[in-house]
Amino acid sequence: MPLLSVERLTKSFGGLTAVSNVNMYIDKGELIGLIGPNGAGKTTLFNLLTGVYTPTTGSIKLDLNGNIKELGGIKPYDVTASGLARTFQNIRLFKDLTVLDNIRIAMHKNIGYKMPSALFRSNKFYEEEDRLKIEAEKLMDIFSLTHKKNELAKNLPYGEQRHLEIVRAMATKPVLLLLDEPAAGMNPNETAELTKTIAKIRKEFDLTVLLIEHDMSLVMKICERIYVLNYGMMIASGLPQEVRSNKKVIESYLGEDLSDASNKKS
Amino acid sequence: MRVLSKKNIITLLLIVAVFAVVQVLISVKIINSFYEITLATICINIILAVSLNLVTGFTGQFSLGHAGFMSIGAYVCALISMNTDSTLGFIFGILAGAVAAAIVGVIIGIPTLRLKGDYLAIATLGMAEIIRVLFLNMEITNGAAGLSGIPRNTNWTWLFIFLMATIILINNFIRSSHGRACISIREDEIAAESMGVNTTKYKVMAFALGAFFAGIAGGLYASYFYFIKPNVFGFMKSVDVLVIVVLGGLGSISGSVIAAILLAVLTTFLQQFTEIRMIIYALLLVAIMLFRPQGLLGTKEITDMFKSNKNTEKIE
Ligand SMILES: Nc1ncnc2c1ncn2[C@@H]1O[C@H](COP(=O)(O)OP(=O)(O)O)[C@@H](O)[C@H]1O
Ligand SMILES: [Mg+2]
Repeated sequence: MPLLSVERLTKSFGGLTAVSNVNMYIDKGELIGLIGPNGAGKTTLFNLLTGVYTPTTGSIKLDLNGNIKELGGIKPYDVTASGLARTFQNIRLFKDLTVLDNIRIAMHKNIGYKMPSALFRSNKFYEEEDRLKIEAEKLMDIFSLTHKKNELAKNLPYGEQRHLEIVRAMATKPVLLLLDEPAAGMNPNETAELTKTIAKIRKEFDLTVLLIEHDMSLVMKICERIYVLNYGMMIASGLPQEVRSNKKVIESYLGEDLSDASNKKS
Repeated sequence: MRVLSKKNIITLLLIVAVFAVVQVLISVKIINSFYEITLATICINIILAVSLNLVTGFTGQFSLGHAGFMSIGAYVCALISMNTDSTLGFIFGILAGAVAAAIVGVIIGIPTLRLKGDYLAIATLGMAEIIRVLFLNMEITNGAAGLSGIPRNTNWTWLFIFLMATIILINNFIRSSHGRACISIREDEIAAESMGVNTTKYKVMAFALGAFFAGIAGGLYASYFYFIKPNVFGFMKSVDVLVIVVLGGLGSISGSVIAAILLAVLTTFLQQFTEIRMIIYALLLVAIMLFRPQGLLGTKEITDMFKSNKNTEKIE
């Protein structure tokens, strides 16, 4: 069984079906792209996977070494505890807190003391806080954020805020990382930097990644398989070159972003 | 024992020094019995404000029912110490009142903390009113007439001990993983949930802890003023506490302490202008909020200001 299996997943808002009968799977270790025009339902699908929305119908199953868990409809913090972590299309950092605190908050599940220890400052409290700090510093080192650890998140440049969101998600120790348009609003340099970061975390953390991108070029370059959503329906899936030449996909994008791809074909 | 760090020992010595100085001032009657009432009011208001700050300032849950929890502490402590008039009875009464308030906090918190913003404020206001009406109609609490002749055990020593315990414990809570989880809810609830923070659990935890210390404040109040009735703990009392918290800064413990002292001093000073005193008081509040909408200290602590100076020095 794949790491994640989505079956006949549907989400309706009143009369609007934002995600309609979607099937998809992700194998362990894959880097999967999820593309589609604006309003296709990509973010809604992420919100279903991460417990922000409850599915109208359908199921989401996570297989952790034969231990199968249904994720549909459970709380976001339980989804995170099961091993999914995400970033947001519109950055949702804890803006008025420091870089270090943003990361430490995401690590709070991993702390080994209870409230009385915190209130009365037992030795266990100090030991655990030290350990947490060291782990947080390791993560910041990997993403070269160490020198910014006491900066408020809102004071970071845009590109670094996007990076911090990824680091924060990594701090929950996920097996599957969901990135919602991480390159949105980035210049080509920042996008190149981001591409490196994604490659690095995959290698270093043995991670599976699902990446939403509106812009096709990044996805075509780095993803191993691609799913295409349009009007809430999965209209195509497969290898990048298969998807690129798919008629339905070209139509849904009306040539934008794909112009070079379709040119090559004709 | 890592608690006994150099910094903590210095803090402890400072605390003892403050206690001793005030104790001397009381002994030589520079702080006379009139000012002693102001002193007690300040201590009780700081406990109330710091505990409400945990709920509203740090966790971001707008509560208008803090006086309700205070009244539970007051009545429980009063009833217990009226039956066992001893220091032990008083201490037990205070702690029992605090625990009772915390339990009610959990019971009220679980359903109401699903609500957000204004809706939560209205719901907590309603809950506090229900508590007040219950005390108004119960036989054991003597209805609207209230309880009088409560043994007076609260003195400067006890006020100071409970005040320091409140500040230190709430400060410790905030600077822990649990506290950071609470703060993340204030910052962005959806992001907090997605980072694995069980938001309901931490909201209820903050609410119960806040209620616990409000209960302590109630017990101290009952035992200091030896007379309580339900109307003392009405809506206006909750608003008074909220004013201190907002004025000092939502998310600043030292801000709450300073604002509580400032407002008490101001009230005492304004007593000479009997007629216009509430108008001056209100105008001053409006003026402060216009010039410092984030409150006196914002989310900073007094100690941060020394820290940030040090940091800039190092960098240069
Ligand atoms: N909470 C919601 N309530 C109502 N409609 C929604 C909600 N969330 C998303 N939608 C609608 O669902 C559709 C898909 O949106 P979204 O998933 O954000 O698209 P994408 O991320 O692919 O750009 C849009 O028409 C959007 O307006
Ligand atoms: Mg989107």
